[in-house]
Amino acid sequence: MESLTFKAFGWLGAALVAIIAIALSADQGFAIHMAIVAAAALLALAATLSGADYASVARGILKTPVDTGRYDDDPIRWGVIATVFWGVVGFLAGLYIALQLAFPVLNLGFEYTTFGRLRPLHTSAVIFAFGGNALIATSFYVVQRTCRARLALPGLARFVFWGYQLFIVLAATGYVLGITEAREYAEPEWYVDLWLTIVWVAYLAVFVGTILKRREPHIYVANWFYLAFIITIAMLHIVNNLSMPVSLFGSKSYSAFAGVQDALTQWWYGHNAVGFFLTAGFLAMMYYFVPKQAERPVYSYRLSIIHFWSLIFLYIWAGPHHLHYTALPDWAQTLGMVFSIMLWMPSWGGMINGLMTLNGAWDKIRTDPIIRMMVMALAFYGMSTFEGPMLSIKAVNSLSHYTDWTIGHVHSGALGWNGMITFAAIYYLTPRLWNRQRLYSLRMVNWHFWLATVGIVLYASSMWVAGIMQGLMWREYGDDGYLVYAFSEVTAAMLPMYLIRAAGGILYLAGSLVMVWNVWLTIAGKLREEKPMTETPYDAAADRPLAPQPAE
Amino acid sequence: MSDNKRIDEPTGTETVGHEWDGIEELDTPLPRWWLWTFYITIVWALIYTILFPAWPLVERATAGVLGWSSHGELNKELAAADAKLLPIREAIGRTPVENIPNDPELLRAAVAGGQSTFKVYCVQCHGSGAAGGKGYPNLNDDDWLWGGDINAIHYTIEHGIRNPDHDETRLSMMPAFGRDGILTPAQISNVVSYVQLLSGEGKASNATARGAQIYAENCVSCHGAEGKGDRVQGAPDLTDAIWLYGGDRDTLVATVTNSRQGVMPRWGNRLDPATVKMLATYVHSLGGGEATVVAAAEPVPAAGGAENVAP
Repeated sequence: MESLTFKAFGWLGAALVAIIAIALSADQGFAIHMAIVAAAALLALAATLSGADYASVARGILKTPVDTGRYDDDPIRWGVIATVFWGVVGFLAGLYIALQLAFPVLNLGFEYTTFGRLRPLHTSAVIFAFGGNALIATSFYVVQRTCRARLALPGLARFVFWGYQLFIVLAATGYVLGITEAREYAEPEWYVDLWLTIVWVAYLAVFVGTILKRREPHIYVANWFYLAFIITIAMLHIVNNLSMPVSLFGSKSYSAFAGVQDALTQWWYGHNAVGFFLTAGFLAMMYYFVPKQAERPVYSYRLSIIHFWSLIFLYIWAGPHHLHYTALPDWAQTLGMVFSIMLWMPSWGGMINGLMTLNGAWDKIRTDPIIRMMVMALAFYGMSTFEGPMLSIKAVNSLSHYTDWTIGHVHSGALGWNGMITFAAIYYLTPRLWNRQRLYSLRMVNWHFWLATVGIVLYASSMWVAGIMQGLMWREYGDDGYLVYAFSEVTAAMLPMYLIRAAGGILYLAGSLVMVWNVWLTIAGKLREEKPMTETPYDAAADRPLAPQPAE
Repeated sequence: MSDNKRIDEPTGTETVGHEWDGIEELDTPLPRWWLWTFYITIVWALIYTILFPAWPLVERATAGVLGWSSHGELNKELAAADAKLLPIREAIGRTPVENIPNDPELLRAAVAGGQSTFKVYCVQCHGSGAAGGKGYPNLNDDDWLWGGDINAIHYTIEHGIRNPDHDETRLSMMPAFGRDGILTPAQISNVVSYVQLLSGEGKASNATARGAQIYAENCVSCHGAEGKGDRVQGAPDLTDAIWLYGGDRDTLVATVTNSRQGVMPRWGNRLDPATVKMLATYVHSLGGGEATVVAAAEPVPAAGGAENVAP
């Protein structure tokens, strides 16, 4: 009871601090953000007070009796729902800004709905809200199972989940309000950065704590990748967001770095957000869910060691390739490029280990749409980790840089690799987390697979064409030695490709809505009556013993 | 975890002997092609860093044995492009702008260079097709505020319109008749009726009669008795149906009340003389260019704007 009082006063105090900050705020955006924080603290207070035994109430709803003999799966269930929810939000935002590029009138004439504000909303929603929730949820699931131990610090694990959702809400509302550090994938302002740092350290504590209390002598490879992801993101986040607030009660800050140092810090961060968030983190998911779903051993333990350490070592140096042909010194550009080339095989190590794990179970691609999603994810992973080093070559980059090719590259990785492996993990987790016999419908997973795949193909191919066209048109010289096209003419030429891209986005979004339906009904405990994905032919005539032949 | 190595049946490979939540690992060696490709990329990277600027030292980074630098490459490419264009640019620089249309070779080069320059500096206001917009003149028609022969166009581009810091700039200042209290709103309404009549809209009425009187007292000095305008003063022709800001009644009332003071930058201080000449030649070639008065006096007949040389 004392701890309840203590907690309640803590939340009340937090709410009061936020309300005082509203009163002292230097700008409206900060006031709105503090109001959100105050509301969050009051919600937490209400949850704390609504019952001294709130936890058991929650267990009653979710039908999970507390049992140290079982894994602690509540935050994972919430995480699966949050992943699905933020995924749809992020895909919808992406489709909308894709349509804005084709039809600028959709900017609507309000500052809140311009492309410039909605684009970071899209990127952060898909990377950090959808991807981040998927990573947190699956890491809590995987680390418990592969360590044979319940989550260390269960209270802190719940704080990580809800604290991360608060971060997402603050970041997203900030973008719409125009609160931004203008650093790609690190747009939130200083106080949101500080909050995320607290949440992330708590995440690290829960994860490492669980590994420390493991009942297995060795640490499974998925956990190496999760740990590398958590530690490196902490480092990247802190260094890239070093900044000085203008006021302790204002939403504006200035970066600790200036000029080309600032640019390099930003792209050291930006590239490794791709490397450690979208690659290492999702490889961790792959290393657990692919062997589980395929029911096969991992292809090569040795390969997993070598490609893990080479990936970790090489990735961190590749950021300068985002700044080819800029004020960045030549030597740094060279190093960014050669490290990117050397990164090719370490990246492919993960693809090989994933795909070859299907050795002995290749037939499942035909019968199991979840395996099909995993294989497609690995194929896109392999494709975009080949495309990445290729684009980092300066001669290629001089054509591709600043064009839609980059957008296509990012999306073949994000939609194909991160999206598909996350969908597969969600389909694996949902029946297990809610104790269902199976998914509501496996055929709907197949629909999702095809909608997403065709969507990605439309997206990636239209952006290849658009990017190469832009690169060629921008540099086209006429016979007289002058540039042929105005920038506006190149922009106008992109319309057909932007329409195809938006069509791809519609398909991808439609696939995710099929997933929402499927996951919803699975949680509700429904089973769709449907033909199984394959029916092994049954030949009644052959199903009998050979009749003994009477001797002559 | 059980330290039980076993042979995996489908692959015939031994497992490592670890097990986590049912997941085992095979002891497959590294694929050779993978390993060798990895080695090759490392060797390639080392060679590349010897050839090109790469290794940061205390004072500066290694320059690379090829002596390559991105600045050096850019300067080389720029120099090559400049060298290629130098003869024709020099020829254009030497030739008076009104003579450029007479030399097919010079004309072609000037129009190409002018078009490229136009696409960088002019499309923002005049549009990619030079068709203009509200407040920005259409350069394809034969209606010119300051003159449409190549010399006049060249002067306008070189000195700009209403550049307050430049004495030779094109300058015309229509008074803000309403804002400055020169005319009452009723008088403005009448004179607008008269201007519409001049441009062929509406019928004569009491209002236009009163407007004609006001026009004669206030507007004739620039726009002329017949409303044909005056290019020397940059006063627009009011009798054609072409309007820079719009010819509907509300817009005309706004124009007379507040005046319009559109500005065009001068390019003589930003672009070199040959480029300004090329721009003038390109704009002149768009369709509305007029024959040069000087050129008409010369024995060679002026090519003028009748020629459609734009690609």
